[in-house]
Amino acid sequence: MSLGLELTQFSYFAMLLFTVTGSWWLEFAFKLRVLRRPRLALTAILPVSFFFLIWDAFAIHLEHWTFDKNQILGLFGPFSIPLEEYLFFIFIPLAAILTLEGVKVVLRKFAK
Amino acid sequence: MRFELTYTQITVYALIITIFFDMFVTKNSLLSTLRFWCSYAIIVPFQLVTNWWLTSREIVSYNPEAIIGLRVAGAPVEDLIFGFAMILAVMSMWERLLRKGGTWR
Repeated sequence: MSLGLELTQFSYFAMLLFTVTGSWWLEFAFKLRVLRRPRLALTAILPVSFFFLIWDAFAIHLEHWTFDKNQILGLFGPFSIPLEEYLFFIFIPLAAILTLEGVKVVLRKFAK
Repeated sequence: MRFELTYTQITVYALIITIFFDMFVTKNSLLSTLRFWCSYAIIVPFQLVTNWWLTSREIVSYNPEAIIGLRVAGAPVEDLIFGFAMILAVMSMWERLLRKGGTWR
């Protein structure tokens, strides 16, 4: 492939894409106002992600877990954390918030 | 001296801290709500699928000495606790912000 990237290098990225694809539509299907309030969502997500990224950095340092170099894009942020991990700690929590808000809409309908 | 702390131990600490956070810091007690458990029931199958993807293809590998060894859908059971804690913490933050107003963008 061009850019010197092999398809397998998108293996981890594909999982993120799966999560985003599986969750973003909830915003529109249930009129959720989560993505419409990105600052609010990020204020909920980033402080939590901060602590989990410390954990991630620590675990990578101690080699509790390791990433296959051939299955990630190969871009690293601070503390040798792969780009995909940084994105993981934004998009997985965001999917969780979208799910929670979707559930609340459905539960409210049942309560009526 | 090498810092001896396993993934298993950290997950247990993280879980306890998160539950404490939800009960006493954000004061939501989400664990006693229907909406949390309904959401978690939806999320957990997806977590199992993505865990399976990441571990069966060995995109992420775990040090056998850092985990207890019990695996669910290919991934260490610790991962499920990790995910549970992260989801609980984020939802708890979100609900706290909503109660504080939450109209700002």
